[in-house]
Amino acid sequence: MDQPLPFAVTLDPGSSLANQTGTWRTERPRYLDRLPPCNDACPAGENIQQWLYHAEEGDYFTAWQKLMEDNPLPGVMGRVCYHPCEDACNRAQLDEAVGIHAVERFLGRQAWKNGWTPAFAAEPSGKRVLVVGAGPSGLAAAYHLTRLGHAVTIREAGPMAGGMMRFGIPKYRLPREVLDYEIQRILDMGVTLELNSKVEDIEAAFRNEGFDAIFVAVGAHLAKRIDIPANAAAGILDAVSLLRDMETGAEPPQLGRRVIVYGGGNTAMDVARTAKRLGVDEPMIVYRRSREEMPAHDFEAAEAEEEGVMIHWLRTIKQIDATTFTVEKMEIDASGRPQPTGAFETLEADTLILALGQDADTAFLERVEGVELAGDGTVSVNGQMMTGREGLFAGGDMVPSERTVTVAVGHGKKAARHIDAWLRGESYEKPEKHEIAAFDRLNTWYYDDAPQTVQPALDLVRRQSGFEEVQRGLTDDNALFEARRCLSCGNCFECDNCYGICPDNAVEKLGPGNGFEFKYDYCKGCGMCAAECPSGAIKMEPEDI
Amino acid sequence: MTEPTTRQRIRFYQTGTHTVGNRLLDETKRTVQASMARANAITSGHRACQGCGEALGARYALDSVMRATDGQMVAINATGCLEVFTTPYPETSWQIPWLHSLFGNAPAVATGVAAALRVKGRDGVRVIAQGGDGGTTDIGFGCLSGMFERNDDVLYICYDNEGYMNTGVQRSSATPPTARTATTPALGEQPGNVFGTGKNLPLIAMAHNIPYVATASVADLHDLEAKVSKAMSFRGARYIHIMVPCPLGWGSAADATIRIARMAVESGFFPLFEAEYGEITASNKIRRRVPVSEYLKLQRRFAHLFKKGPDGEEDTEGLDRLQKMADANIARFNLLDDGIAQGTS
Repeated sequence: MDQPLPFAVTLDPGSSLANQTGTWRTERPRYLDRLPPCNDACPAGENIQQWLYHAEEGDYFTAWQKLMEDNPLPGVMGRVCYHPCEDACNRAQLDEAVGIHAVERFLGRQAWKNGWTPAFAAEPSGKRVLVVGAGPSGLAAAYHLTRLGHAVTIREAGPMAGGMMRFGIPKYRLPREVLDYEIQRILDMGVTLELNSKVEDIEAAFRNEGFDAIFVAVGAHLAKRIDIPANAAAGILDAVSLLRDMETGAEPPQLGRRVIVYGGGNTAMDVARTAKRLGVDEPMIVYRRSREEMPAHDFEAAEAEEEGVMIHWLRTIKQIDATTFTVEKMEIDASGRPQPTGAFETLEADTLILALGQDADTAFLERVEGVELAGDGTVSVNGQMMTGREGLFAGGDMVPSERTVTVAVGHGKKAARHIDAWLRGESYEKPEKHEIAAFDRLNTWYYDDAPQTVQPALDLVRRQSGFEEVQRGLTDDNALFEARRCLSCGNCFECDNCYGICPDNAVEKLGPGNGFEFKYDYCKGCGMCAAECPSGAIKMEPEDI
Repeated sequence: MTEPTTRQRIRFYQTGTHTVGNRLLDETKRTVQASMARANAITSGHRACQGCGEALGARYALDSVMRATDGQMVAINATGCLEVFTTPYPETSWQIPWLHSLFGNAPAVATGVAAALRVKGRDGVRVIAQGGDGGTTDIGFGCLSGMFERNDDVLYICYDNEGYMNTGVQRSSATPPTARTATTPALGEQPGNVFGTGKNLPLIAMAHNIPYVATASVADLHDLEAKVSKAMSFRGARYIHIMVPCPLGWGSAADATIRIARMAVESGFFPLFEAEYGEITASNKIRRRVPVSEYLKLQRRFAHLFKKGPDGEEDTEGLDRLQKMADANIARFNLLDDGIAQGTS
């Protein structure tokens, strides 16, 4: 047997593994994470897809911890956020958006029920930061700065923490025990809160008290005014003061039987619905534009109307004679602005409540050198949320931006990151955004049809007579259902499709939690894995040939 | 009303049961293909084209047989793509006992192997025969019919890619009407394969009154595996007909194989059903119905159906007739759920 065998006589069977078909490939598949549209849309920068991923398994604790990395107020936000995530949700193009806010609220409830505390492990930095204002932005900043190891003191001019979450949002939308609980949880992390202490002198806080950085987030509380010719006017109130008085325990105002709320924003809806609950028979809203243009969210107008609020669209108040209001009909011109028509009508009301928006009260910053103020009181900040004064940062309603709790919480997080970097003499670099996992990246065949779970709502009669919360939460079962409606856009959820459908057996499954790997020695680059990946987490890229 | 069970209330909406596996599913509800321990009957390095439906269909079916028989099986292969691309001398991709003889005799060889195993007292070892549509509907048809008629204890699996792809895309008796092949060019009065020819082998198999006949698709893995497992629960002659798109012969994108297979099912062009002892026992309902053109336009072999004629008018006669075939399948095999709208064509 010393002689080699002649060619092709009796060769032992070999394996086709010797044939590396990977050389055929002109395109190579690659696993990647694309940015889910919900995450992209979240003003608070939540990693929604990720916390839903844990919630899908019923691991609510991990889901909540992931959520808490970005947002310290899930119970609040699950109720009051206008959830731009759901507007962006790809599932909306399939059936209905995932009820993200409802799951968030459910997680908030789980944390309360089980007494969970946010996990963080930061070495104390020895730095002290002053936060001015205990609204959503200030609280969020304090929370994140604490997580980063800094010692934080919040000074609040008012008697209670919460800012517009307390003084602007009625309790039928946000029960106060939820708010109190989530604020207390932040304080329990070691944040000092000083109430009824208005900060007048920023420079003194730096100079005399030794704060290393200051974040101001005093909000926008000054109600905008308007001049209306009036003879012996009826009672005129402003919405912010009224909502505020509801909280501070002041005597409820005598509103009469009929009330006109002037404005078309969320505050107008809130105050009209509050008036109804205070016993007003006929709350009315007068708004100069139509439903399409109103700044309020449609569901709020719808809920207000359900509760008996009459909305007069396309009207401006021209004249007040005691309880008679002369209103002029408006029409929307080609550029979308309301124009007077010269046609008038009258409405009867006992009280007028102005809900025309708010300005920021930032007069105390005028004295600070370097700080730039705009005419409406808003403060200019750079990309690091820092004002013209080194070390003085600002956020929330007092800087130019959309004014929602979620944006404010996002500002708090963003400012905290930049303050942290600034305190260390560095600058925070935002990681580059992944490409968006757009709907056309998904293969929706693989998802079952499942319309959104409807949150039960409070009986109408009880809504019209009391301040009980209108929207109810999800139960254990339907929260899991709702979480599992998530399509996991752009992120692998280990469905095994790539592993199963590769005709060349060129995908290796690494086991639960570890995902998959391509065997490039054998992958021919057919692209079926990418085409059949439900969530768009595989990309085909040209090979260098 | 009965109390709904937890499983009914919490369904897997994220993935349903349509994906191969899914971490949220109970292990028993995942497919064989989702398992890290699957047999991988055909391993890597085989020479099938990119996106080959047959390589996929064969692995799906045989891995499933391997699980159902606990590895006690042998496969007899007819000549064809599957045989050629897996076993270029001296290499083999097969990780199961496997035997090849000739193009037309696979059912007869399988019969013999089953008989030999029986004689040796080893009838715990199950016999599978497999081939492409050429080896099954044309060349091996006599042997196959005999195997059915004798009710030999063999599961025959046909991987139907609707032509002789391995030798250069010639027409077979399973090629659909109007399809362009090397021997049915898209020319003349009746471009492509003519209407009224060909055979429907699942129905012919049923006419033998054998224990089990089913059709399956690479686009519905759960269904395919369930049918293979079910076939293995019977003794006697069984037949499964799996549609396997062929990117080369059909002129389709390599990454579209599963989509095409899915469109074939969703249009009604390829009905999924089961029959026992000559009677249809079940059919799969269409989930999202599409007109047959959605299936056809993904394939160049049907491109002439969508071309405008010399007068600038689209000649839809071919399309209309193919749609009629799909509609007839839908009616015959009862493919529509009540919830799905009729007549989308």
